[in-house]
Order: sequence, then structure tokens, then C-alpha cells
Amino acid sequence: MPERYHIHTVPTPARFRRVGKFGTADWREDCSRCKNCVKVRCVYDLYRSEAAYNRDAAAPVEPIFECKSCLSCVQGCTKGLLSLTLNPAFLALGDTYWRPDIIATTWDQAESGRIPVSGAGYRGPFSGPGFDSMWTDMSEIVRPTRDGIHGREYISTSVDIGSKPMRLDFDATGALKNGASLLEVPMPGILDAAPWGDPSEAIVQARVRAAAALRTLAVVPARYLPAVAVEQRRCVVPLFGLPGTRSTANMSPAEANLAQVRMAEILDGPNTFSTANELWGHDRRLLVSVRLPLRPDAAQRAQELYEGGISIIHLCADHQGRELGAERPRFIKDVLREIHGALVKHGVRDEVTLIAGGGIALAEHMAKAVICGADLVGVDIPLLVALGCRVCAGGHASGCPARIQEEEVAYAAQRMVNLMGAWHSQLIEVLGAMGIREVRRLRGEVGRAMFLEDLERDAFKELVRTA
Amino acid sequence: MSTAVQEARRGAIRKPPQVEVLRQVLPAPERYRNPIGRYKVVRSADCMSCGQCVKLCPHGVHEKPPGYRFTLRPHDHLCIGPDCAKTDHYCVDRCPRHALSLLRNPTADVLGDPRWSSDLILATWYEAETGHAPQGGLEYRQGESGGGFDRLRFRFPEQPPREVARPSGSRRDPADRATEIDTSLDLNRRNDGRPQVHIDIPVYGGGMSFGSVSIHAILAKARAAVAWNSFTCTGEGGYPDRLAPYDDHVITQVATGLFGVREETIQRVRMVEFKYAQGAKPGLGGHLLGDKNTPDVARMREAIAGNALFSPFPFHSVYSIEDHKKHIDWIKEINPRALVSTKVSTPADVDMVAVGSYHAGTHIVHLDGSYGGTGAAPDIAKKNIAMPIEYAIPKVHRFLVAEGLRDGIVVMASGGLRCAHDVLKAIALGADGAVIGTAEMVAMGCTRCGNCESGRGCPRGIATTDRELIQLMSVEWATQRLINMHNAWREQIVDALRRFGMKSIRELRGRTDCLSYLERRDERERAYA
Repeated sequence: MPERYHIHTVPTPARFRRVGKFGTADWREDCSRCKNCVKVRCVYDLYRSEAAYNRDAAAPVEPIFECKSCLSCVQGCTKGLLSLTLNPAFLALGDTYWRPDIIATTWDQAESGRIPVSGAGYRGPFSGPGFDSMWTDMSEIVRPTRDGIHGREYISTSVDIGSKPMRLDFDATGALKNGASLLEVPMPGILDAAPWGDPSEAIVQARVRAAAALRTLAVVPARYLPAVAVEQRRCVVPLFGLPGTRSTANMSPAEANLAQVRMAEILDGPNTFSTANELWGHDRRLLVSVRLPLRPDAAQRAQELYEGGISIIHLCADHQGRELGAERPRFIKDVLREIHGALVKHGVRDEVTLIAGGGIALAEHMAKAVICGADLVGVDIPLLVALGCRVCAGGHASGCPARIQEEEVAYAAQRMVNLMGAWHSQLIEVLGAMGIREVRRLRGEVGRAMFLEDLERDAFKELVRTA
Repeated sequence: MSTAVQEARRGAIRKPPQVEVLRQVLPAPERYRNPIGRYKVVRSADCMSCGQCVKLCPHGVHEKPPGYRFTLRPHDHLCIGPDCAKTDHYCVDRCPRHALSLLRNPTADVLGDPRWSSDLILATWYEAETGHAPQGGLEYRQGESGGGFDRLRFRFPEQPPREVARPSGSRRDPADRATEIDTSLDLNRRNDGRPQVHIDIPVYGGGMSFGSVSIHAILAKARAAVAWNSFTCTGEGGYPDRLAPYDDHVITQVATGLFGVREETIQRVRMVEFKYAQGAKPGLGGHLLGDKNTPDVARMREAIAGNALFSPFPFHSVYSIEDHKKHIDWIKEINPRALVSTKVSTPADVDMVAVGSYHAGTHIVHLDGSYGGTGAAPDIAKKNIAMPIEYAIPKVHRFLVAEGLRDGIVVMASGGLRCAHDVLKAIALGADGAVIGTAEMVAMGCTRCGNCESGRGCPRGIATTDRELIQLMSVEWATQRLINMHNAWREQIVDALRRFGMKSIRELRGRTDCLSYLERRDERERAYA
């Protein structure tokens, strides 16, 4: 049996202050000092730990908001003094897309490295925009899964980056002209920088370290490349073509030492093709990806890039997964279906690798983006959230909580590994439920998903009344 | 073959005497000291205990028991809120000392989520306490999820097309409840010589295993099932001995983990359920995390205490409908008088599954939609895998009708059915009846905090096997809460049928013309028909 891909997660408590959801408000003036105080009987012993915390001189002066909202104390208090409240700071986390619950579950997963499990059924809205308007399928008894039934240990999450030639070409001497140059990563995700950049250099180091541990890739602005240790360079994707002067942000391929590097990325611009040629001049087997902002003409540009010899396209939506610069922006899942469909129609899908970035916030988004046609995804903001980021998009007044220091690189990398470990396990859960044995076969497999608009039409078309 | 098995195959298994439980509505007040309502009524120190408010309030918010000098702290969970100001008994305005004030209860605003809104939880508590639908504005007919059932509305005619029951003066008039409207179902439509099983309400209780919930919860569910001549289900955690006096109202579940499944537990019941999948985690097996696998639970499941138990998915002996038939034949051979139910989840081809199950010989196909479930499940599975039940019911119903099989099988729907109107909507979409789980938990006092899966389990003593915590809830109290809730639901079902001029719940099945689906998400602004 080949070696199994395993992500080593280690419980890593947060070094930032978590924002809890619930707290109790308490009207102490009416307290009768009775002997059967509910606070002592808290099943989670929360009041006592909070009291201990409050006596800790080093701890910040805030309640810890670890209440689990069972209401036992609210309902049990002799005088009914207690009320449950929502922490307004919790509700203020994130934005309309990065909802507080997403941030909280990302913190949990980065801490434990495990799949979030809870009781009492689903509790969210019926459906929503974006990825929330599709469901993944599962296999029932009548039709055993297409790939047969396998234990999860047999599910492969590996994907290939690079071009698979549609046929083999040989030269006059009979030597192969176009052998595939593929890079296999063991999970369909690479680690990327947040759209607003890296808050500190230590974060870049942590990302590289996490990518090395996960055996995947980390996209890193090329100017950081000299600082990367040699043994980690295989996992680094230097990003060229960034705006800015040479000394601050940019570095040309000529200046970079590309030894050991297997893949490089170019931010799409007027010099895309010349930079690519420069890179290939360095190393003919280097994989070159183009980072293509998801503008309304992205499908056409992708076609141009393909025709110009670029086989890896990293589509980048905005941080909420929307098209950039469009009047009525579409969501990345819809754009992916269009681009994927066009490549399939032209018969060249396997010659192109699509990396989807922007708006990938939860493990389910990784699976859903692949279903909609991506080969793999770029994970960006969740890596910062794992370190305490609240997705304020660079607007955090008192300094970014995720701006970690040099000495915290190991901690930060482990949090990132934990998060990706939890995502990987969840990916295997949905793949197992779908009866799909490898992620490669999930790409564009919309038959294994159900879309809101189709289900609505089938079930309720005749019942719709607008009046 | 042992004598016992031979006897059983002749249908002569010896059963302990079966217990009767009275079907009567009795008050079952909140077991905690402070019930939660939408509003808080605060009495200030200015109160002179004149008793005016006690005389005014018809809802029982104010109480001054005989011999007491002071008026009690208001029972504010009974208050109907600011709407009361329009009446002549608004205590806040009529208090001579202006000692009363009314405000929203902040705790009620925190309670709930889009699927189970705060109002739905409070309304279910009210129903479980009183046995009737709440008055005073609590929304007990739909949640706030913005889709599915929450966008479906009944199109009640202005006048019933025919008079099927005396128009009622008061819904609480017991004489009115003895209407001729029939809410019962027959569960055997196969004409296969097996006994008919008849339930008085179109609802039975879903499987919750010993281990996931406390023995008190299991017994209360069984006793309520006896009272309403319905069923409860063991779940996959085995058949506790204390369930024996309720054998006739228990469904033995055979799930992929086969925990506690023995010939004897199949022979003693009238119905056996195969659980292929469940809505909480479609495509995954049952989960019991290690903390809850106490020595008692482990003994029942023949497992090792403290280990997490993950059931496989799917049945590793079933890869085709022929294999499924083999399973059903096995049950039918072991227990010649049992009906067989097949519980499946809702994949894209759920209609094919239902037809296949019919041909394999099942009496009931039980569709468990993806948003339901009470047990521990990965969050990603609860939200994303398989389709919500609202889409699956019409799909299955139409396909069975097209195949000419609809009257040969009973379709039970579950997975996110929260209230009586969800049951009615499910039936109007094409189900015969419904299976519920979370609603029973809420009736027993669940707040849906969702912390039942690990540690000591439910802090309110429902979904726990912790020896101390299970003492928080008594069997008698929980039984009465469930009986009351079913009464409230039956009243609402009868009321809806009367408004449609239907004599039986069976007439509503598949009547999608009774429903409309709101196109825009403005259901909250729209008055309920």
C-alpha cells in the first residue's frame, strides 16, 4: 500500500484573545445570597473559571464569554436575575461574507485540527448566495458509488498542477517532445497571501513552513525568496510582477535565485508573456502560473493565456468571492462553471490547471469550488483567521491581531497546519459521502452536486405565487 | 433451531405486560424555576400588592395565592406583550402605582437560530406546557430560515368547501376535539398478509439511541407514543430492558453499526426500521463520541467504554437493491408479524431509492432530509450533504405516482420538521406522515445549544448518559410534555383540515394545490393566510 497522506495536527491554543458569542448579564442588586446559587452548579464550571480568570492580574479586564448558552443558570436562579446576551464584539466580527460563525469555527479548527462536530441539527439559513446555494450529493443504496465503496483511507486528495498533453508528439529521432511536467500536491489547496498582503514577514515564513509540512505550495512575493531556507524552496511559489519599485515590493526573475523552485507565479499584466519567457529561460521545466484577477473578461483572458502557452491559471476573485470591476458581480462558483465549461467545450480542459482563489472560507468551499470546475483552490484569509484575524480587511485600528512575531513562526505554522488538517478531513467526509474516490474526479463533476435553482424549479415551480 | 426462535417464528414470543398511558392533557410547567417568554414583566418596589393586576390578567401572569401578603413575581412567560395595550386588561396602564413595566426579554432574543427561531422554541415549550397552540403572537407555524417550509404557505379557502365538523366556539372546548376529522394512518399498504398497524396521529418519533439521549428521554418518548397510539424508535444503540413494557409502540432500528441488534429485539416489536442513512449526516455513519460512551452504554452496544463509536456507511452488506431485499427478507423471516421501514436520506436520486425499496418489499420508506437530525454530526455534513426534505418529498411522491406504486407504500418524511404546520406542509407535498426528533427534544426542554455531542452531554439532562445529569428530568414530566405537544399539534392539524373541508389527513396527501410558494423573501411581511 502506498504511503498515506497524513497531516500531523497538534492542539495549539490561541495566543490571541478569542471573542466568545454568549455572555450572561446579571442584576446583582436583587441577589438574595441564597445557598443554592446556580453559578456554583454550572455544568461547565464557567463562573468559577471566570472568577479565577478575573483574579489573574495578567489577564485583560474583560469577561471571557465562554458560555455555551444552555440557559440552566438563567432559568434556575432563585430570583431570576440572570439574562443571556450576545456579545456585540462577536457580532461585529468579519463582514457579510465572513460571518462571525465562520471566524469562530476557523479559530476552533486551527486550535484543535479536528472536524467541527456538534449536536442538534443544522441551524443556519435555508440557503444563501454564493456557495450556500448548492448541496453536495451522497450515495444511497440503490446505486453504489460510481467508484465503488471504499474506506476513507483509500480516498485520494492529490491533484496535479501543470499541463497534461492531449496526445504525445515525437521528433524525427523518435524522442518525446512534450512529456507532461506535472507537480502533484497531496491536497487540492495551496497557501496564498491575503488580498491585502501579508501583515508581517513572519507570516510569510509561517506560511512556507506550513506548506512544507503539508507538502503543498505557498505563494510568496518574490522578494521574500532569498530568505527562504533551501529545504523549503520546493514548496515556495514566488510571485512576480507585483506593482511597486524593485527595492520594496518587486523583484525580477533575473534577480531571483530560482534553484529548487518548482513553480512560479506572475501577476497578470502587460509583461506577463515576457516574464514567463524570462522564467522559462531560467529553467525550461519550471511551472508558470498566471494570477488572473477575476474581472468580467477573465474567461477571454484565460483563453488568450492558454493560447500563449500558459497552462496554469490562478483566478483571484475579491475577498468575498465576487468578480472585480463588474457592475453586477457574479460569484466565483458561477464564473468557474463558465470557464471550466468553455475549456471542456474546446477540448483542452486537461491542458489547463485552474486554481480558484478569493472567498474560500470553509472546507466546504474547497469541495464546492472543485465541483464547479477548479482543480484546486488558493487558501488565503483563513490562514490569517487561524492566527486571530477578524477580516477587517486591513482596517484594524489597534494593529492586526494576526501580525505575529519572528519567535511565533512555529506556533503560526502549526495553527495553519491544523486548519488545513481539519479541512482535509472534512473534504474526505464529503468525498466519502459522495462516493468519490479521488479529488481529481470531482473536478467539474456537477452531477455530484445539487443546485438551488434546479431543485426549486423541480419542486415548487407550479406553486409559486407572486401575488 | 432453538425453541425460542421457533416460537418466535410462529409469532408467539412471550412479552411482558404492556403499560397503558392515558392520553390526557395536563399542565406540565417548565421544570426550571424561571420559564422564558418573549417578554419580561417587571414589578417595582412601588407595588402595594393591591391585587388589581391579578384580577385583570386573563393569561395568569399575575398571581397572589390566598393568604399571601405580596403578589408573586410575574409569570411573564405567559404575557402576550405590547398587543395587550389594545385590550381593557393591560396591567401596565391600569396599575394604580405604575409599578409594572413591560420589556422584551433579552434572553428570548438570544435563543434560537434561523431554522428554529426563538418564537418556535418558545411556542413548542408553550405547547408542551399547556397542550394547545400559543396565543398572543408567538409564531408557531414557521421558522426564519428563509426557504423551504418557511416560504410555503397554505391557501386556506375563505369558507370550508364543506362542513366537516361543528364550527368551534373555543378551540379548547373538549367536545370540539372529539370531531370526526380523522388524523390516523395505516402503515401497511402492501396487502401481504402481515398485520395492519394503525397510528392515531400522522407522526411518530425518530430514532434516538441509548447513549445519545438519556433513558428518561427514551422512556418518555415511548410512553407518549403509547398515549397517542404511535411509535418511538430505538435508534441504533440497542434495546434497553426498561423499554419492554412498551414493545408494541417501539420500532427496533437496524443501523449500519448493528449495535445491540439481536433476533430477540427484532421479534418483540411490530415494526423494524433499516437505517441506511440519516439526514444529520447523510453519507456518514452514526457518531457517538467517546465521552458519552459510558459503561452502561458500552454494555448495551457490546463495545468498549470511552471509545468513540462511528458506525460505518453504508451497510457493507448492501450494494444493490437485491441486497436490500435480502435484508428485508431476513427481518420478515425472523419476525413474521413485523412491518419493515427503510430509512434513507435524500440524494439526487432519492426517487429511485424509494421505488427500489418498494420492490424490495418495504412497507414504509422514511425519507430523512438533510437539515434534520439531533445527534452529533460534522457541521459540514449537516449543512452541505444531500437535499433538504422539502425538495425530496414531491420528487418521491410524483415518481411513485408515475410508477403506479403510490398506494402500495407509506412515505414518512423527516429532517427539519419542526411544528404541526411543517407536518401538514410535508403531507400536502406528498408524504403520508412525518417523523420528528428535534421537536420532541425541544418539548422536553432542549434550548438547541448544540453541546450534546461531547463531554458529559446535555447540560439539561436530555441528551446525556451522565448519571447525575439524567436526574434533571423525570420520566413523568417529560411524558406529559410530549403528550401535550402532540395534542397541540393534533389540534392544529384538525383545524387546518377543517378549513380545507377535509375529513381525513389522508385527503391532504399530495394536494400541492393547497400550498403556495413565496417567490420573494418577504415572508415575514406577509400575513399568514
